[in-house]
Amino acid sequence: MVHITINGKVVKAREGEMLLAAIRRQGIDIPALCHHEAVEPTGNCRLCMVEITREQWQGWKKYVTSCLYPVEEGLIVSTHTPELIEIRKNLLDLQLARCPNSEVIQQMAEEYGLTKSSYESRPDADNCIMCYACTRICEVLGKNAISAAGRGHDKIITPPFGEPPPDCIGCLACAQICPTDVILWTDDNTVRTIWDKKFDLISCSQCGKTTITRDFADYLIETRNLPREYFDTCDECKRKNLAHKMGDIVTAVEEVTL
Amino acid sequence: MRLDSVESLNRLRNESRQRLDARKKKIFVCLGPGCLAAGSDQILEEFNKLLAQENIKDYSLEAIKKTGCHGLCARGPIVVIEPEGIFYSKVKKNHVSQIIEKTLKNGELIESLLYSENGSKKKITDYRDIPFYANQYRIGLRNVGKIDPDEITDYIASGGYQALARVLTEMKPQNVIDEITQSGLRGRGGAGFPAGRKWATCAKVESDVRYVICNGDEGDPGAFMDRCIMEGDPHSIIEGMIICSYAVGSREGYIYVREEYPLAVINLQKAIDDARSYGLLGENIMGTDHCFDIKISRGGGAFVCGESSALMKSVAGDVGEPRAKYIRSVIRGLHDKPTVLNNVESFATVPVIIDKGAEWFTSVGTEKSTGTKAFSLAGKVINTGLVEVPMGVTLRHIIFDIGGGVPAGRQFKAVQTGGPSGGCLPADKLDLPVDFDTLTEAGSMMGSGGMIVMDDRTCMVEVARYFLEFLVKESCGKCVPCREGLYQLYKLCTKICEGKATEDDLVLMEKLSDTIRKASLCGLGQSGPNPFVSTVRYFRDEYLAHIRDKKCPAGVCRNLTTFTINDKCTGCLACISVCPVDAITGEKKKLHVINQELCTRCGSCYDICKFDAVDIQ
Repeated sequence: MVHITINGKVVKAREGEMLLAAIRRQGIDIPALCHHEAVEPTGNCRLCMVEITREQWQGWKKYVTSCLYPVEEGLIVSTHTPELIEIRKNLLDLQLARCPNSEVIQQMAEEYGLTKSSYESRPDADNCIMCYACTRICEVLGKNAISAAGRGHDKIITPPFGEPPPDCIGCLACAQICPTDVILWTDDNTVRTIWDKKFDLISCSQCGKTTITRDFADYLIETRNLPREYFDTCDECKRKNLAHKMGDIVTAVEEVTL
Repeated sequence: MRLDSVESLNRLRNESRQRLDARKKKIFVCLGPGCLAAGSDQILEEFNKLLAQENIKDYSLEAIKKTGCHGLCARGPIVVIEPEGIFYSKVKKNHVSQIIEKTLKNGELIESLLYSENGSKKKITDYRDIPFYANQYRIGLRNVGKIDPDEITDYIASGGYQALARVLTEMKPQNVIDEITQSGLRGRGGAGFPAGRKWATCAKVESDVRYVICNGDEGDPGAFMDRCIMEGDPHSIIEGMIICSYAVGSREGYIYVREEYPLAVINLQKAIDDARSYGLLGENIMGTDHCFDIKISRGGGAFVCGESSALMKSVAGDVGEPRAKYIRSVIRGLHDKPTVLNNVESFATVPVIIDKGAEWFTSVGTEKSTGTKAFSLAGKVINTGLVEVPMGVTLRHIIFDIGGGVPAGRQFKAVQTGGPSGGCLPADKLDLPVDFDTLTEAGSMMGSGGMIVMDDRTCMVEVARYFLEFLVKESCGKCVPCREGLYQLYKLCTKICEGKATEDDLVLMEKLSDTIRKASLCGLGQSGPNPFVSTVRYFRDEYLAHIRDKKCPAGVCRNLTTFTINDKCTGCLACISVCPVDAITGEKKKLHVINQELCTRCGSCYDICKFDAVDIQ
């Protein structure tokens, strides 16, 4: 355990954890767009910036992204100074220019009193805020099917060469982690489409409902050591079957006791 | 040949010196970037061809040497004949036979190829008497332009690897670190971090592996100092790196060079191979226990890869994006191991510090910025080229005494130092001493040493716009303030240049700059607004002229400029001949007229007019 001071209050924090976790545990609301517990922090959105100092720094202070800065004994943290609020507001102003149609961004910006960006919006703006959550979760799965490509303002998230990604297994992790719901996918009967790639969906042998893609099932069989039969039925039917089995046992037990 | 002891190195040095001295007369042909672009490789070829046919006393084929950048690029291609130091400038292929006939055979000078100061008819024969060279003090560039970079024996003859021999046999690693610390050497890449402190930290970290990396990713527009050292004196870098590896306990090093410097890659590779075959790299260097080897890592030319953490990612084979540095790369760098990263010029300086001692080094330069610094002078200055001066000399000394000032008829307006993230300093800052701290205080920075001189025909808003555009393209695009912020700053700057901005936009730009500085992840973003911030600080009037009066005082921004011809016009036809769109009409000795509908506002007429007859409105 280490001791840090957050907004004047001395609190305990777990060694090795990042400042953001320690701050949020205190019930302090700090915005963050690129942060997600499932993936490594990268510090792209900069919204979770805080001011840190130490007694021995003699008034010197610096700004760090709390998602990326590990707690240290004696650290003095401020989370809502006027400068920090101004930085967050300006960052959201920039995000609003990038993604004027994103409800998530609109809502966050409104909390800082912004209804319209001070800057010129991108023509044909989409809702991608370039937080890299999708590429990071894909990396966690060991697939790296999509990536950030290009440089500077023109950087985009894309499969290699903008073609259907050969390594994608249609698991939807990227779509689900996306904070602004920009990654689109469709399920049409037994066919799933994401990143312009089509996948066969497995149908439940009992109820006929589709479950996951065959490629994702293969990936799970290989990496999680699951038997192939596991994917024959959907979760709901599995539950039902289990319930039936339990019911049969109860009946049998009752018969025996009677 | 393997050098297995200090004695064998000394023997080789003596032999090499004797061999070089035996050929009393030498012809040096500069193959630096500027001269090469002007065709100096053909001059070298011609010398080789013609001298092979002739039999001149004192001049054998061996007398011809190719060198790296000699310095005075504006007068290239350069041929120097030693020992007299005869300096022939703007040499063409067809001059070669003349040089052989007159100078080599008969000892006559060719007046037309000799140097003369601008506006003066007095010819200067020996380059050491030319103010451009006489005012310099060369440490990092000591051999550049004087030795053949391909010949390891040339480097050894000039005292090369002597410092390494001393380090390996007479000094403990800690002594080396102490020497560098006492010398006060600060990183020549721009940030000016004390090299000794960096080495000391790296040596102290517990680790089985440590790396030494040389940053040769010189990406600032107009900067070519590191290029010239890598091309012209690669062994000085290698020697500096080996000394560093011994000090910090490293066995493995990398030189990160941008792919756009093909000759640097070739020359460095040759130097590494030669050093290895001489036993100066690899196992048991010079017969001692120290082992160290260097690999070249070629970069794809992303500007951001000059940033330490992005560079290390690139060396490791990942996408070159910076990471947050709450743990410094000297503690956890390449492959998460302690890593010393220094710039080309820093490493090239190290052997001299060991040779001559820290005390000597601190006697050059200022108290807090010791030694010398190389600069590449470019832009509107007469003597464009490569210079090295002691820290603490004034900008005026560099630009006017060495650089010769701005070309005739123009006024000095500003000098841009420190690359895209640096800043522009106006004429009243010309007497500032050039050192790390003063330039930063003035709102610019030392940077790696690019120095772009601007005259009164330069629009400072347009300059800011140009550098911002560069940074927008070269931002890695990872964090929001840099990616989105610099883009918006660039858009607003463009708006000013087009005459569409209001004063509110200027306020917005200042607010935005502050956020980008504070919130960006790496140095590129943090210093990204500098082109705007420094120009608006010193040239606010010019911004306001664009915004309030819809005028570009320098006559550069096309939307805001109209060129007209006044009655000073003598009807000389000069402007008519240079107008690229035939927008000017008029007859000889009669007033010329510009057709505003055809005019593209390029300013060629203004630049060529000798009678001040073209007005900018």
